[in-house]
Amino acid sequence: MSVAQAESIEDIKARNKELVQEVLKAYPEKTAKRRAKHLGTFEDGKPDCGVKSNIKSIPGVMTIRGCAYAGSKGVVWGPIKDMIHISHGPVGCGQYSWASRRNYYIGTTGIDTFGTMQFTSDFQEKDIVFGGDKKLAAIIDEIQVLFPLNKGISVQSECPIGLIGDDIEAVSKAKSKEYEGKTIVPVRCEGFRGVSQSLGHHIANDAIRDWVFDKSEGKPARFESTPYDVAIIGDYNIGGDAWSSRILLEEMGLRVVAQWSGDGTIAELEATPKAKLNVLHCYRSMNYISRHMEEKYGIPWCEYNFFGPSKIEESLRKIASHFDDKIKEGAERVIAKYRPLMDAVIAKYRPRLEGKKVMLYVGGLRPRHVIGAYEDLGMEVVGTGYEFAHNDDYQRTTHYVKDGTLIYDDVTGYEFEKFVEKIQPDLVGSGIKEKYVFQKMGVPFRQMHSWDYSGPYHGYDGFAIFARDMDMAINAPVWKMAKAPWAA
Amino acid sequence: MPQNADNVLDHFNLFRQPEYKEMFENKQNNFENKVPADQLEQIREWTKTEEYKEKNFAREALTVNPAKACQPLGAVFAAVGFESTIPFVHGSQGCVAYYRSHFSRHFKEPTSCVSSSMTEDAAVFGGLNNMIDGLANTYNMYKPKMIAVSTTCMAEVIGDDLNAFIKTSKEKGSVPQEFDVPFAHTPAFVGSHITGYDNVMKGVLEHFWDGKAGTAPKLERTPNNSINFLGGFDGYTVGNLREIKRIFESMGVEYTIIGDNSDVWDTPTDGEFRMYDGGTKLEDVAAALNAKATISMQEFCTEKTLPYIATKGQETVALNHPVGVAATDKFLMEISRLTGKPISEELTKERGRLVDAIADSSAHIHGKKFAIYGDPDLCYGLAAFLLELGAEPVHILATNGGKGWAEKVQKLLDSSPFGKGCKVYPGKDLWHMRSLLFTEPVDYLIGNTYGKYLDRDTGTPLIRIGFPIFDRHHKHRYPVWGYQGSMNVLVWILDAIFEDIDRNTNVVAKSDYSFDIIR
Repeated sequence: MSVAQAESIEDIKARNKELVQEVLKAYPEKTAKRRAKHLGTFEDGKPDCGVKSNIKSIPGVMTIRGCAYAGSKGVVWGPIKDMIHISHGPVGCGQYSWASRRNYYIGTTGIDTFGTMQFTSDFQEKDIVFGGDKKLAAIIDEIQVLFPLNKGISVQSECPIGLIGDDIEAVSKAKSKEYEGKTIVPVRCEGFRGVSQSLGHHIANDAIRDWVFDKSEGKPARFESTPYDVAIIGDYNIGGDAWSSRILLEEMGLRVVAQWSGDGTIAELEATPKAKLNVLHCYRSMNYISRHMEEKYGIPWCEYNFFGPSKIEESLRKIASHFDDKIKEGAERVIAKYRPLMDAVIAKYRPRLEGKKVMLYVGGLRPRHVIGAYEDLGMEVVGTGYEFAHNDDYQRTTHYVKDGTLIYDDVTGYEFEKFVEKIQPDLVGSGIKEKYVFQKMGVPFRQMHSWDYSGPYHGYDGFAIFARDMDMAINAPVWKMAKAPWAA
Repeated sequence: MPQNADNVLDHFNLFRQPEYKEMFENKQNNFENKVPADQLEQIREWTKTEEYKEKNFAREALTVNPAKACQPLGAVFAAVGFESTIPFVHGSQGCVAYYRSHFSRHFKEPTSCVSSSMTEDAAVFGGLNNMIDGLANTYNMYKPKMIAVSTTCMAEVIGDDLNAFIKTSKEKGSVPQEFDVPFAHTPAFVGSHITGYDNVMKGVLEHFWDGKAGTAPKLERTPNNSINFLGGFDGYTVGNLREIKRIFESMGVEYTIIGDNSDVWDTPTDGEFRMYDGGTKLEDVAAALNAKATISMQEFCTEKTLPYIATKGQETVALNHPVGVAATDKFLMEISRLTGKPISEELTKERGRLVDAIADSSAHIHGKKFAIYGDPDLCYGLAAFLLELGAEPVHILATNGGKGWAEKVQKLLDSSPFGKGCKVYPGKDLWHMRSLLFTEPVDYLIGNTYGKYLDRDTGTPLIRIGFPIFDRHHKHRYPVWGYQGSMNVLVWILDAIFEDIDRNTNVVAKSDYSFDIIR
């Protein structure tokens, strides 16, 4: 039974239940029992999505999850552009995460900016046997010689570092002292820690707290504060997302003193505790540091969602509510200014997308945040799930999903494939590892981690691109060719 | 307002609009603590100097932009080449996410691979339970014919023993006793992706030939006239292996490609996802013991596998990624010698066509200077072809090349007047290459996608040949081996040269006297 045929919510719920039972049949009993807790259907009025989350993945299944290193280096630290991030350990992790996340930035790469470079200690067997601390110290010295304009260094630990007991903190401290208090940050984000990328985000946030904030306390601000200073937190500038967001905040009269971490700099990190409000896009990856700033420096934070005009409007007003009338008027002015553009975008694309069904499986915020943008285009999200969410993410998801939405936490390749086969959505939004699986099946697909090399998708400018891309994906002529005319 | 519903601007153009330019400037001037322009310029110029190069080459600890990946990636590459085989990586799951992404970005294809998802508790107590549960889950869910196990650095650091673990898992009923679970230890801190390929190839052959880890009798070799073929880690595996099959078939040779991953990374879009497609049949792997000889297309990818095969009494032949006339000649003559079959008329004609093409075009390549980087065998093969074309290789660099490789390449260079003045750089990375391109410039650079940064920084046009190629599509569908493959390489080189000429001559009323339409 496909969604199109399901008559009522009750039908859909029954179908989902049947579907879940069916996929569980493929597993050995013990595994089926564990996986059952992660699959379910959203029930209206419930406080969360009814699935367990942030639990170890099952060995031997194709989980889509990454590791703590990916969360720290790949997401949080990597985009800080004027620092050098050492992938400390064997060569692979740095190689696979090299410039693969499209965190756009402006700077002279290799001279004062290092975002699309791969620095590694390239561990050899002797480093495992004798430890890598001396090598790390030497690496930092060599960086100082060859890249004199770097503004700081972070040490992103790969698996072996923790296992062999290297003391990267001691090396970082000693070298920082030697180089006149240079910011050198050891990050214990070994890939085996935790159950997914998520712990890496947390560890990265803690490292910023301990090695950037605490260290820079008492340093004079580089600018005169104003009552309208805010920081963008949790935007990685994929395809320029943070830029198409920042422009709106500035247009409404706010001053963005820092961007985290897409196109970010160490100076901006240090300046953030002087902001009046932290506006938080990816809650999962940066709620930790936002809470810390609230507790320690008394800076409030506010979540926002810049996908699609409905959510953008809501968010602009929510952000403005923390300020005076000048900003509130600014928000209304911005909303009014872009409304004709939004009307035109929707008028153009909605007729081509109305009623189309979408299934999502992404990371930190998009499994919920993009739902509004699809709805603005008349589309419906019928299934969604997170790679590395915690329960508080699933609580937040209830505000977005409709009764009867299929929910799958840490979905395995097998489950996802079966769900899509049965539900037959018009579009799947997930990552590179899933993309070609579904395209082979003849299902249109967009990479919703990286915007499939397009973007930005945030803000009003981004929504126009989002709408165009979804139309392009779904209505591409290629999908009509998948079946040969002579094939039954 | 820059955005427009009628003509949607994406990142290419959106951020060049005045609103955004102004925003960037404000951010830089007020909040970034940006390096002053003169200081930036001064350092930038300094990085182009001989002095900087010396400092750069003096580094001993830091690696910047290496042209190599880790062993487990090569392990997965080799494992997917067998019929209905799923690679199982014993270690933490994040690694597998990376391997799958990396291959998908290169081949634009799904890559199926599982891990034992080891976390902190496994770090303390070992990963045995992960292996027991993991093998059972993989076996039940993905219904493979074989599970090929390799390791990550984590499993290696804590010293997990695959042989014992797989044995125990079988005893616990994870998979049936007779089910094929070959394995290889592939620590990421030893060698590179080509080492991982080698280890898994050897592991699979050992499994089938030497008694399936003590669970079956060792196979006895009954020699026949068949030839085994090993491709090595190769970004063009889809195009190359098909070309090799065509060559074998054209000569009527009986052959087995061991680790044929050409179909699994080239499945059709027809409404069905095939987790497994093609691959070397398991019975053929076993029977490959009887072959007369094994040809390895890449010596440095098979440093352990080939000697192992030789111990079984087979003749082994190691080539170095043959590209060009002489290298293909040698490949075909070896096949002919080993099988007694003549080189077909079809192939002889192809050879003539390649020579014809070189005769037509080499004037444009003759004397041009090239830098090459990539895997050791690829570098060797390309260098040999360039020498045939009358080009002058100047820098040849392999981050995963050793001393033996360097000596071998040097010998090749010494054999030709065009190789004079060329230097070989084993163990160096792309930041070293950057210095070389500034201090001893060349006309063209050959390498993988990461070379686009070198192209931009040094103004040396990049010809994309290597692995990975992320930013150009479908190159992997074309062969680079054999006469036909050489033709492709020749065309790619020529395209780059002609584009470069056009770019440099297209200024109206200045240089466009050379903006020719006939070349």
